[in-house]
This record gives sequence, structure tokens and C-alpha cells, in this order.
Amino acid sequence: MSYTNEDGAMLTADGQPLKRSLATALRRQKIRALLLISPLLIFVLITFLFPIGSMLFRSVENHIVAEILPDTVVALATWDGKSGELPDESIYAAFAGDIQRAAITKSHTRVGLRLNYEKSGSASLFKKTARQAKKWDLETDAPFKEKLIAAHKGWGEVEIWQTLKTHSSRYTAGYFLNAVDMRKTQDGPEFQPENRQILIKLFQRTLIMSLLITLACITLGYPVAWLLANLPRRQSNLLMILVLLPFWTSLLVRTSAWKVMLQQQGVINDILVALGMVEETGRLIMINNQFGTIVAMTHILLPFMILPMYSVMQTIQPTYLQAAKSLGATNWTAFWRVYFPQSVPGIGAGSILVFILSIGYYITPEIVGGNKGVFISNRIAYHIFQSMNWGLAAALGTILLAIVLILYWAYDKVVGIDNVKLGG
Amino acid sequence: MKSKTSENDAFVTFDRVQKSYDGLSLVVKDLNLSMPRGEFLTMLGPSGSGKTTCLMMLAGFETATHGDIMLDGTSINNIPPHKRGIGMVFQNYALFPHMTVAENLAFPLEVRKIGKSEREAKVKRALEMVQMGDFGGRRPAQLSGGQQQRVALARALVFEAELVLMDEPLGALDKQLREHMQFEIKRIAENLGITVVYVTHDQTEALTMSDRVAVFNDGRIQQLAPPAELYESPQNSFVAQFIGENNTLDGLVKEISNGMALVQLDDGKMINCNPVNVTKAGERTRVSIRPERVEFSKDRMEPGAHTLTAEVLEFIYMGDMFRTRLRVAGNDNFIVKTRNAPNQVQLEPGAHVEIGWLPSDCRALDA
Ligand SMILES: Nc1ncnc2c1ncn2[C@@H]1O[C@H](COP(=O)(O)OP(=O)(O)OP(=O)(O)O)[C@@H](O)[C@H]1O
Ligand SMILES: [Mg+2]
Repeated sequence: MSYTNEDGAMLTADGQPLKRSLATALRRQKIRALLLISPLLIFVLITFLFPIGSMLFRSVENHIVAEILPDTVVALATWDGKSGELPDESIYAAFAGDIQRAAITKSHTRVGLRLNYEKSGSASLFKKTARQAKKWDLETDAPFKEKLIAAHKGWGEVEIWQTLKTHSSRYTAGYFLNAVDMRKTQDGPEFQPENRQILIKLFQRTLIMSLLITLACITLGYPVAWLLANLPRRQSNLLMILVLLPFWTSLLVRTSAWKVMLQQQGVINDILVALGMVEETGRLIMINNQFGTIVAMTHILLPFMILPMYSVMQTIQPTYLQAAKSLGATNWTAFWRVYFPQSVPGIGAGSILVFILSIGYYITPEIVGGNKGVFISNRIAYHIFQSMNWGLAAALGTILLAIVLILYWAYDKVVGIDNVKLGG
Repeated sequence: MKSKTSENDAFVTFDRVQKSYDGLSLVVKDLNLSMPRGEFLTMLGPSGSGKTTCLMMLAGFETATHGDIMLDGTSINNIPPHKRGIGMVFQNYALFPHMTVAENLAFPLEVRKIGKSEREAKVKRALEMVQMGDFGGRRPAQLSGGQQQRVALARALVFEAELVLMDEPLGALDKQLREHMQFEIKRIAENLGITVVYVTHDQTEALTMSDRVAVFNDGRIQQLAPPAELYESPQNSFVAQFIGENNTLDGLVKEISNGMALVQLDDGKMINCNPVNVTKAGERTRVSIRPERVEFSKDRMEPGAHTLTAEVLEFIYMGDMFRTRLRVAGNDNFIVKTRNAPNQVQLEPGAHVEIGWLPSDCRALDA
């Protein structure tokens, strides 16, 4: 009896191709596995994928103008914004109809707010106009050009119409342009005026400070992880508790504690003054600046560096060091040539973790960062809670996500993601 | 052993060495040992008997609590491990996983600041010596256990250490590979003329490889002797039990005369023994007889030798050997091994037979 068919493919005893029966056998296992993880899958879908998806979408979505001022958008399509002339009566009439309907449904504030991101003053312009527009009779009160300009002289200027036209498309790259300190104009993208360029600087600062925090964590965490992995059991358990202690304390409490420590009338300054190392008048400014943010965040993120390092170091057997020494290496050579290279995957894992956590960090920079020490996430929060510019917040978030992914990819290219170990 | 000349000839000496880890109990108690240059010495003993501890003290990874360890006449107690120049093969090989085989071998040469061309030549020679010449570019993880073992051996030898320590180097290999590597290690050690201290659990390994074997138990050397002597003339019950198979009978010494002890076994029977560890009448003793030294036929025993009656309990056919379990003087586990020869008797369970032996094979040891 032969177990291969004419193509040379393997067959099972009953003549089925081996591949197919294997696939059938594996399918049931797969379905069972899928059922087991389905609660988690659904949870992740609802709490993670949908929010992220909706955020990504929000960063390009721009339906407000087209939805609330539909006739105006259609009419504006025929108008040449670059001519520098005001639109003609038909466009004013279309707008009058739109603004009246919007005023009745009270949706005019949304357009006002939306256009306010692009041109300040738009919000009040829409509010005032809508109040007037409610009283108009669309049939008899024409022409609307004079009426609108009378309602608010803004309608007599070309800019507002240009802004309306530029931001009337349903999807826009405008938020992304804003996120990198540019703006959309009728002549295409151009840089924001000097005094409004802050986001690129913030991105840079976030990246550089995250890098510094990661380096500080490596420097401080490595010896601790080494001790954890090499001390006798009882002492290392105690040390482990100390390392984990911060996890059991509220983040807010820890950050506030740093405020107490670092402020000008705080513990550290008091001690330095008492020791005579610093003049009473020259107390150090260690908080509400970048220094404060780096110190507090290094402290808070340190366990995320120590734990992966520790779990990798734990797997490095002491016999490697003994072997190196028996081969003639000094303590330092044995460490540097034999121990350290084997601990690099732990450093890699810890660094990725700390870096990614830190570029998205919010609470600590908010509390101890002052003006100079805030991160891009604080700006995102500002746009969500205060300026209500969710589109820009979403674009910033998307860029942050992209940076993380690019860095992750670059790390994989340079170091190799296989070199990241969280233990084992 | 303690004479002036042998003291001077000794390459490795342990002089009244003691070791305690916790300050409460001694793990090594009064260890005295001296090895001439070129000797292959094996430390054999049950788990926890202190073998690794001795090796670690010699390598410098543990310090002796008391006593001196001397290498080539000078005390090495205060010399750090990396200056001792002792090669070491670890049980788990301890090959550096992030380096290739060749880099592993070059490591001891690099730290000794040996030039590149000389280094490469030495690495090549060492790899060829263990028949791994083609594997220089591989990582340890890409090698089989036996191959890793060879590389570890080559690495311990490449910097021309005169003394090489091996802690259960073959522990992780299967039986066939073990036997092959035992032979390889022995051959290489002989060719290079190096001194080897070898640690193992496995008595066959110890007996086949060594010039001398030190049997450890409870932190002491129980007996230090060449393999044949160890097997033929164990000095105490522990060694007799630990090396090879052994039958024991407990009894009381009745009389010692003409280098012969008369022992009354606990069931009243009398036998003649070789007094090894007993000195006077009235002492309790444990008599030891090797299973292959027991005879069934009267004509192969010494004239006038005492014999015992035994009941056959079990007969096991083992191919080249027959193994018979007997009840002798109340001991149900008395084993006799006989060669599968054409005229050999095969005993049926239930049968009663007379057994005996040469009194010199029957050793009266400590109880
Ligand atoms: N670092 C240590 N700290 C405390 N006790 C130790 C240490 N190393 C070994 N011991 C104890 O010393 C005794 C001897 O250990 P050692 O490792 O020398 O035994 P061994 O003969 O090599 O055993 P094995 O055959 O199992 O390897 C054991 O009881 C062990 O528990
Ligand atoms: Mg051991």
C-alpha cells in the first residue's frame, strides 16, 4: 500500500490527502481556542479598537460645515476665492437660508466653533448673525447680502468666505497640518505664523525628554535589577517589594510627593540650605520645569525598566561569570563581555516600555511640568477639554501613535524584536 | 602520603581544608589530598557530599574556611580565580550564548592579550583536537549536547592550563555519548599531560577514567585509591556499598588470629573473614562480599572454608549473567552473579544450596 498520490503528496491511511485531514483536525482546535479568547477579544474590540478607530477617523473628518450649511457649500463651489471679490447674492441667499435653519436647531454654534479653530472671531460672528437670521423671512427679505453685512460686518470681508470654502470638504487634512504647525489655506498648506508654532517644538521636547527619562531609568535600574537577580532569596524578595511599592501607591500621590520634595520651600531645598550648600536667596528651582518632569517621571517609570531587566537577568546563570573568570577574565571583563551582552534584551524591553509610556504620559508633566516641562499629551488634553478641538487632538494622537510604531519598527530593524525579552 | 618528598612533588594539595557555608555545620571536614602532576583524579560521592564545594574552592569561587590549598607548592588561598590559570568545564557547559564557538575559544586568549594570528591558530588547533574543526562559526545553541561538551572541553584547554577541573561534565549526555566522551576526555588528558580533577556521581565513569578515585561522603574522603583497589579492597562499609554491588551480613567478631577473623553472624552461623576494619574480638562488624565472588560448588572454595546454607528466592536471566537472589542468614537480598557459561547451574526458586567464598574476598568492615 502506498501513502502518496500521483503528485507525490502524502495521503492518510483512508486515502485523504494528509494536508486536508490535518487541517480538519486543527480547525476544531482553532475554533475552541477562539471561543476561549472571545470574551477578551470582544472586550478589546469595544474598549480599544473602536476608540482608536474613531480617533483616527476624527482626525480627518470634517462634516460639520457641509452638514449644517449644505446649500452654502454647494453655492460656494462656483465662487473663485482667489479673485478677492465678495461672493454674489445667490451665495448670500443660500447662506441666509442655512444660517436660519441652523439657528432654529441651535446648531450654528457648532459651525462657529469649528471655524473658530481656523479664524478666531468666527464663533461670535455666527452667534450674532444667527440671532438676527431667526427673524428673517426668506421669501421677502432679499437681498441678503446687505442684511448679512448689516448683521455683522464680517460678512463683508473676503476672508470668512475663503475660510468657509477651504474647510467645507467632508474630509480634511487640516487637522494634521495644524498638528505640525501648518494650516490649510486656499493657496494650499502653509506654516502657521511664528507665534503659533508650538506643536513641533512640543513633539521634539516630548521625544527628547522621553529619551532622557529612558536613559536615566537604564542607569538607575540596571544595578537594582542586577541585585534583584543576584541577592540571596530573602534579601531579593525584600528589594522586590521596595521596587513594587510605587505600584501600590496612587500615581497622583507620588507625583504630588515630588512636588513637596522639589519645590523651592520643599524638603530638598531646605536640606541644602541647612547644609549651607545653597544660599537662602538662591534656592534651586527644581519644579515646574523640565528637571522636575524628568525626575518625577524617572521615578514613576523605573519599575517598568527594572522588571523586564530583572526577568532577563534572572535567566543568566552565575556559571557564565564563573566560567569567564576561570578563563582569566577580570571581574569587569567578565561583566562587560559576558554578562552585559546577555542582559541587553532586558534593557531593550525595558527601554521600549518606558519610552512608549513616557511619550504618552500626562498626569506627571501636568502636575510638575509647569510650562516648560509639559508633553504633547498635555496639549492633547487641552484640545479635548478646553479648546474643544477634538479633530486636532485626534490628529496629534494619531501622529503620536505613528511615531511609536515607527520607532518600534526601527528598533526591530536595528536591534531585532527577538532581542526583546520580558523573561523566560 | 605524608612523606617529605611526596609533599614536594605534589601539584595540587589540600591541607586540612574545612568549609562551612552557614557557620553552623561543616560541608567539608578535614580534607587532605595531594595529587602529582599529570594525575587524573576523580571525586566520587553521593549528592551533597561536598564534591562541587571542593572543586569551587580549588577554582577560587569559594574560600576555604580553614586550611590551605596549594598549587605547585604555593598557597592559592588569596589568589583570585582569574589569576589561578585553572581550566574548568561546567556541568551545564557555560558556553557564552552570544558568542560563536570560535569566539568562545578565543575569549581566554583575548583576555591574556594574545595576538590575533596566534589566537586563531590556537583556536583552530583546540577545535581540531576535539574534532570540532568545522563548527567554529556556529553559536552554542546550534550544537548538540555532545558537541557543546566538546567545545567546553576545548575552551578549558585552549589556554594551556596545566590543571583542569570538570564538574560532572557528562551529566547531561545519553549513555552511549557519555561512554564515548569518557574515552575522548581520557585520551586528550593523557596526550596533553594535564592534571585533571573530575567530579562525578557515576561510579562506572570514575572507575574507567581515573588514575585514582576519592570517594566522598559526609564532607570527608572515605577512601582514596586506584580503581581496582577501591573495588577489590574497600576500606569501610560506605565504600563497599557505594562502589559496585555488594552483599552485607551483620555479626560479631569472635576471634582474630593469623590475619583471619572468625565472625558469628546474627543467626548464629560462623564464617571466616578478612579483618579490614575490625581489630579485636567482641566488636560488631558488617561483612561484605561481592556478588561475583560467591561460589556454589565446594571444589572452588578454599579447603576448610565455612559455608552457609541459602534458599533461592529469585532467578533472573540477564543475558551474559545470571543474577540469583538468595536468603542468607536472614538477609533476603543476598545477590549472586554467575557468568552465563555452558556448565553453569541455573538455580530454581525454592531450592536450598550451599554457598561459600574465599575468606580473603569476605571483608569484615565497620558496622
Ligand atoms: N552556596 C551554598 N550555600 C550554602 N550551602 C551550600 C552552598 N553550596 C552547597 N551547599 C551545601 O553544601 C553541601 C555540599 O554541596 P556540594 O554542592 O558540594 O555537593 P556535591 O557533592 O557537589 O553534590 P552533587 O553531587 O549533588 O552536585 C550540600 O549540603 C549543600 O546543600
Ligand atoms: Mg555538585
